[in-house]
Amino acid sequence: MMSINPFSVLAETISPAAIQFFVLAMIALIIIGTIVQMIHHKNVTYFFNNAKKAKLSAERELGAGEKTSIILKTVVHDIATTAELGAGKRRVAHVMGMYGTILFWVASVVLVFCYTGTGTAAPTIWPMIWHVGAIMTCVGGYWFWLFLRVDVLAEAHPWYRIIKADLFVLALLACATTGLAWSYFQSSNSMGLSYLFLILFITSNIVLFGGVYWSKFAHMIYKPGAAIQKNLAEADGSRDNLPPLADAPKQFGLGIKREQPKHY
Amino acid sequence: MSTFVYMTRCDGCGHCVDICPSDIMHIDENIRRAVNIEPNFCWECYSCVKACPNHAIDVRGYADFAPMGHSVRVRREEEKGTISWKIKFRNGTTKDFVSPITTKPWGKFIPKLAEGEKPNENEINSQMLYTEPNGLNIDGKLPSVPKDTFKKGVYY
Repeated sequence: MMSINPFSVLAETISPAAIQFFVLAMIALIIIGTIVQMIHHKNVTYFFNNAKKAKLSAERELGAGEKTSIILKTVVHDIATTAELGAGKRRVAHVMGMYGTILFWVASVVLVFCYTGTGTAAPTIWPMIWHVGAIMTCVGGYWFWLFLRVDVLAEAHPWYRIIKADLFVLALLACATTGLAWSYFQSSNSMGLSYLFLILFITSNIVLFGGVYWSKFAHMIYKPGAAIQKNLAEADGSRDNLPPLADAPKQFGLGIKREQPKHY
Repeated sequence: MSTFVYMTRCDGCGHCVDICPSDIMHIDENIRRAVNIEPNFCWECYSCVKACPNHAIDVRGYADFAPMGHSVRVRREEEKGTISWKIKFRNGTTKDFVSPITTKPWGKFIPKLAEGEKPNENEINSQMLYTEPNGLNIDGKLPSVPKDTFKKGVYY
C-alpha cells in the first residue's frame, strides 16, 4: 500500500485530467477564500496599519541586510519549528501535523501532475511520502484534537464538544484519514469500501478547501507574518511598546516557571 | 478599562483562562483564541497580562497613574525572575520599571483553615480578619488615624 500511487490506480476509472482539474479547483478555492477573508475581516489592513504605527516608535532604522537576516532567522527558528508554542506537547503535535500536511499536499500534487496517466510509474519515494505525510498529520492532529486543545485542556470541556474553530483541524484530519483508508482498500482490492472512502476523501477536501473563509485555514498565512513583524519590532526598538529585556542580576526574583494551564 | 487580546499574537495556550480570578477569560469558539467574555466584570488585576507568554493581552492602566492615550505593557522573564513594566504617556514620555517576580507556585501557601485553631466568639465578632494582626507582621492592634488629624474638605 505504502509504495503504490493511489491516484494512478484511480486513473484507470477516472480521467487523469479530471483528477488534475480537481486539484486546481482546490487551489483556486484556497486563493478565493483567503482573498474574500482578507477583504471581509480586514486583517491585512490591520496588520499593515499596526506595522506603520510601530515604525513611528522605532528607535533605529533597520537596513535591508539586517531585515533580511531577521526574516530568515524567523523563518528558520520561529516559523519552521513553531517556536511560539514554547517547549512541550503542543509544539511537538503542531510540528508533526504541519510537516505531515506539507508532505501530504506536496506529494499529492507531484503524484497527480507527474505520475498519473502519463504512463510513467512513480518512484517509490513519492507514494511513501504521501502515506507518511498523511500518517504524521493524523498522529499530530488527533493528539492535538483529543488531548491538547485549549478548550479541553484549560477549559475542561469534553473532547467531543465540536466548535466552529474545529472546522479546519477536523476537515484536515478527515482528509488524511479517509485518504489513507481509500489507499488501503484500493490496494487490497476491496472496491466497495475503496469507493466509499474515495467519496469521503473528495468531500472532506471540498470542506477543507471550500471552508477557508470560515475556518482557521488562513492562520498558516497570518501567523508567519505576525512572527516576522514581532521580530522586526524587537530589532528596531519599537517592541510593540513592550519594555526592553530586564537588565537585572541572575535570579532577581523567584522565577516561577509557568505550569500547564489546567488548574480548573 | 478591561483587558483585550491582540489576535495576531495569541496562540490559544490557555494561561489567561487558567489564571483569571474573575473567570472571564475564555476561548473564542470561532478562532480558538483568548477573549474577555465579560469586560464589565474585569478587575484589571493584570494577572492575564502578566501570564501571557506571547504578550498578546493588553489593558489600559488606571487613570490615577496615567491619563488617557497611554500604554502600559508588561514583559515577564521567568528565567531571570523579573517582571518589567513600560509606561508610555501620550506625550511620548516613557518610564521603565523592573521588579522581581513574587508569584508563589500553584497550590502552595494556601492557609490550611481546617487544621487551625477554632476562633472563639470574641474573635468571630471582632473587626480583625483571619491571622490579623500577627499575619500583618505588626504587634498589638491595627494602626489607626485619629479623626482630629483629618483635614477638612472633600475626600475622594
